Amino acid sequence: MDGLLQQIFNGLVSGSFYALLALGLSVIFGMLGVVNFAHGAFYMLGAFGAFILLDSFGLSWWLALFVVPAVLGIVGMVLERTLVHRLVALDPLYNFLLTFGIALILQDLMRLRYGVQSQPFSRPELLDGSLNLGLFSYPKYQVFVLLFSIVISGLVWLVLTRTRVGMVVRAATERADLSQALGINVGRWVTPVFGFGIALAGLAGVLAAPMRAVNSSMGGDLIIVIFAVVVIGGLGSVFGSVTAGYVVGMLTAVGNFYLPALSQSLVFILMALVLLLRPAGLFGREEGVHA
Amino acid sequence: MLRVRGLTATYGEARVLQDVSLDVESGQVVTLVGRNGAGKTTLLRCLMGLHRSMEGTIELDDRDITRLSPHQRCRAGLGYVPDDRGIYASLNVEENLTLPPTVGPDAWSLEQVYEAFPVLADRRRQAGTHLSGGEQQMLSIARVLRMGSRLLLCDEPTEGLSPLLVQQIGDILRNVKAHGVTVLLIEQNVHFASTVADRHHLIAQGRLVESLDNAEVKEREHELLEYLGI
Ligand SMILES: Nc1ncnc2c1ncn2[C@@H]1O[C@H](COP(=O)(O)OP(=O)(O)OP(=O)(O)O)[C@@H](O)[C@H]1O
Ligand SMILES: [Mg+2]
Repeated sequence: MDGLLQQIFNGLVSGSFYALLALGLSVIFGMLGVVNFAHGAFYMLGAFGAFILLDSFGLSWWLALFVVPAVLGIVGMVLERTLVHRLVALDPLYNFLLTFGIALILQDLMRLRYGVQSQPFSRPELLDGSLNLGLFSYPKYQVFVLLFSIVISGLVWLVLTRTRVGMVVRAATERADLSQALGINVGRWVTPVFGFGIALAGLAGVLAAPMRAVNSSMGGDLIIVIFAVVVIGGLGSVFGSVTAGYVVGMLTAVGNFYLPALSQSLVFILMALVLLLRPAGLFGREEGVHA
Repeated sequence: MLRVRGLTATYGEARVLQDVSLDVESGQVVTLVGRNGAGKTTLLRCLMGLHRSMEGTIELDDRDITRLSPHQRCRAGLGYVPDDRGIYASLNVEENLTLPPTVGPDAWSLEQVYEAFPVLADRRRQAGTHLSGGEQQMLSIARVLRMGSRLLLCDEPTEGLSPLLVQQIGDILRNVKAHGVTVLLIEQNVHFASTVADRHHLIAQGRLVESLDNAEVKEREHELLEYLGI
């Protein structure tokens, strides 16, 4: 029983990464209609960002937690302005290819510089050691990741549902043309939203650095699962993406416990089931971001 | 107030508006009447800047707005009530009302809106699309009133509504007119049109073919109905 509980906990921690990544992917898809294949690469850059700041500049992980997402967010905005933006009016396939290419380039650049082996990264001192959770004890750092991701997802949800900015983003993603006709300058919001999604991927990367292998392929391995998570949650649904993130994390961990042979394919079996029963995903409505 | 000259619009190869010229005087309610597929919706979309493949010029109060983007036209005073009502599912009723900016000095306050449309007040926290068709239509009109738009572009606001609701929409439009707001209204129901509007433009196969006043509409109601195929 303890073993199962512990697996569930592990699953939720994996789910934290799924949730943050799916959230960004989902907002970007809702607002731009772009499936960002480079999302995993930015997650990888986030982890390397934390590594480089520590290794080359001696800056702590805590600082990286703020600096890296901010920098990657700006990189994302530049990317949107210079490249993604030009292709948005064309067939979605163009941006799919563009972001896929960017992912490969970023991955290869990091491999060129750091090779294929993983970079060492130790946990921040404050979060070293474990925490007694009653039934079992659990690494402090993992508990922090779980709580932190829940707080971030909650904040994004609050912004989307309770603020004027969130209202504009919801409206613009549901019906961009109509929102224009109602006086909303939709174009002004596209770039920051893209940057924000990328920043979230970077944040997930920074969080991953102390507990996952930091190497150039870490993003590519994850992105396929994230796509499945987004589809399960419902394309463009923020609430759905986040919930599906934690649920998929948990189910995969539990599946791993009982059916280790199936653990890799469980996500996709789940996706196929959801698509069969609810083609729009668990929380999907029309296209567009909604809470 | 609104001056359209030589407006031509295409969908790919198909030309759906041909050299349309139209004037709407300030304070007037003017209708566009025509069969299904005549090009009425396309004309409003051109005016709003939503249909891009067009030629010709559009002036609002002597200002050329042909090159402006939709959100700029909205801020210049155009209030769009689209044919599908344009209610957001992901916004509640009050958010649907307050999403657009206020663009004119005569913008209604939320209190005014709720006083005029009590049903919207009762349902202000519900998702916009949970309202009935008639209520969504009220919401769509209320939204442009709250913006304080000077020229309303209404695309068949009475379509699919019960006679009682049609009457209500008529009251609202007369009230709007009394406030000095100008309205360009697409309407298939010529009888209803003659009770709210000052002038009527007949549109057929993408051309404005005739312009009638209320007396002429009454005189020729049967002929018009037959022509519209109703
Ligand atoms: N997206 C589109 N692509 C191609 N053709 C279109 C498109 N939308 C409309 N059309 C065509 O343009 C013409 C004018 O359409 P429009 O919607 O403006 O007519 P309408 O007068 O508003 O008709 P209704 O009374 O049915 O609303 C029609 O022949 C229609 O088939
Ligand atoms: Mg129409």
